[in-house]
Amino acid sequence: MTDDIDKTAGPAPAPAAGPEAIRAIPVRHYGRYVSALVAIGLLGSIVWAFSQGRINWGAIPDYFFDDRVLEGVGKTLLLTVLSMLIGIVGGVLLAVMRLSKNPVTRAVSWFYIWFFRGTPVLVQLVVWFNLGLVFEYIVLGPLYKDEWSDFMTPLLTVLLGLGLNEAAYMAEICRAGLMSVDEGQTEAAHALGMSHSKTLRRIVIPQAMRVIVPPTGNEVINMLKTTSLVSVVQYAELWRITQDIGQVSGAPVEMYFLAAAWYLVMTSILSVGQYYIERHYAQGSSRQLPPTPWQSFRSTVLSVSSRKGAQA
Amino acid sequence: MTETVPMVRAENVHKSYGHIEVLKGIDLEVSKGEVFCLIGPSGSGKSTFLRCINHLEKVNAGRLYVDGELVGYRQKGDKLYELKDSEVARQRRDIGMVFQRFNLFPHMTAAENVMEAPIQVKGVSKAAARERAHHLLERVGLGDKARNYPAQLSGGQQQRVAIARALAMDPKLMLFDEPTSALDPELVGDVLDVMRDLAESGMTMVVVTHEMGFAREVGDNLVFMDGGVVVESGDPREVLTNPRHERTQSFLSKVL
Repeated sequence: MTDDIDKTAGPAPAPAAGPEAIRAIPVRHYGRYVSALVAIGLLGSIVWAFSQGRINWGAIPDYFFDDRVLEGVGKTLLLTVLSMLIGIVGGVLLAVMRLSKNPVTRAVSWFYIWFFRGTPVLVQLVVWFNLGLVFEYIVLGPLYKDEWSDFMTPLLTVLLGLGLNEAAYMAEICRAGLMSVDEGQTEAAHALGMSHSKTLRRIVIPQAMRVIVPPTGNEVINMLKTTSLVSVVQYAELWRITQDIGQVSGAPVEMYFLAAAWYLVMTSILSVGQYYIERHYAQGSSRQLPPTPWQSFRSTVLSVSSRKGAQA
Repeated sequence: MTETVPMVRAENVHKSYGHIEVLKGIDLEVSKGEVFCLIGPSGSGKSTFLRCINHLEKVNAGRLYVDGELVGYRQKGDKLYELKDSEVARQRRDIGMVFQRFNLFPHMTAAENVMEAPIQVKGVSKAAARERAHHLLERVGLGDKARNYPAQLSGGQQQRVAIARALAMDPKLMLFDEPTSALDPELVGDVLDVMRDLAESGMTMVVVTHEMGFAREVGDNLVFMDGGVVVESGDPREVLTNPRHERTQSFLSKVL
């Protein structure tokens, strides 16, 4: 039992007196220089064309940090976070229901996904908004009674519309994740006497996360952009507010560019967050995780400064 | 010894997948403290039978008892009632299982793998579970690998962690499903050493294996299965050296 094969130790140190290292002249990639020039040229001409257009670019920085715009950005983020929460919780539930042994929950889940994935989210939003035609009052036993139109605030309409639609998509993502976990994992957990729910929570879901997180990041970014649709039900988020400002200030097109820039800023920040969440769930999957950009930046700076130190 | 209940008792056990009958009436008994080896060609149903013992597979006909308790069902009068999931889980707590492909939890370190079931199933405190895990890893010769993830361990090391994980539940019976078949030849010995130690400590073990040397040396009883039936059984040394049945002879002539 003594001669373990130890894979944890690093590679054996290279022999001291090895053969001379090869110094060869690398292949020149002229195609790369040419394609870089073409790409830069195209980009430059597009930028030039836009700068010559009849667009008052100066209006954008004027309004970029306008209080109304910032409020719209906040509302957009709020909508994204809350509807994704509804979507993720609902999606996990639906996926578990879909994979359960109970035929009733399986059918309910199938029907839900069929309906919400099969109709446009814009249509769903408008239907939620007008549901007062069907239900005049909302009554929760003796606890609560109100008119539907008072109960169904624009925020609630929008959250239900976006969140319930998202749940259908998240359900499919979660289902794929749960199914990606090797069946041997469930068997091993069951053989140890773990219950179905503990097996799911402790063994299967943590491993499924590795498959679930990347497309979920995609969904978050998608959701952030989809929130712009809710302007149709009178909810004032970034897109609606920039449109309103555009109407009043007489610079409507400029405000579209402003909105686009804000959406880009927000999605860029979300992408960075996604990268770190993916790393977290990669635990134990590969022998060594590649360094984060920050880590490689730091190690580069440190090695440069230590080299300088050595020269001094 | 004759008075005690056998650890495993199979009475006419049948199992089929659709129209394919994998087990065609298995009768056997495993006494407490013995090492019981199952050999046979692939597809002979030996792994399926092993998986029936802890109800990972449902038996279609016949009865299977572990320590006198019917596996997976409750008998009242002449009616059989299926056990609830929680009752099946309770039965499985006392039966350890080691798989051909290890099935360690890849998102947990070796120590966490061993600690998981005692904490989640038995409600052992984290500190106590950790101490026990280190003790068990020490016992399988991996005291220094507690913090490693399965991907950082060799196959033989992973399988020994899997054995420690099963032992952490203090099972009265251990099932081994071809524990060395997925290993490089040079790593097989380490796993067999651990199993030999376990046998010497008096653990009841049912081992599906292709390691005839292990069966001969450590086994108390050996069964040769083929086509879903028990062809021949008896003392391993006797069966392996003087097989009586023709099919046993031809199988052994190929593997020995």
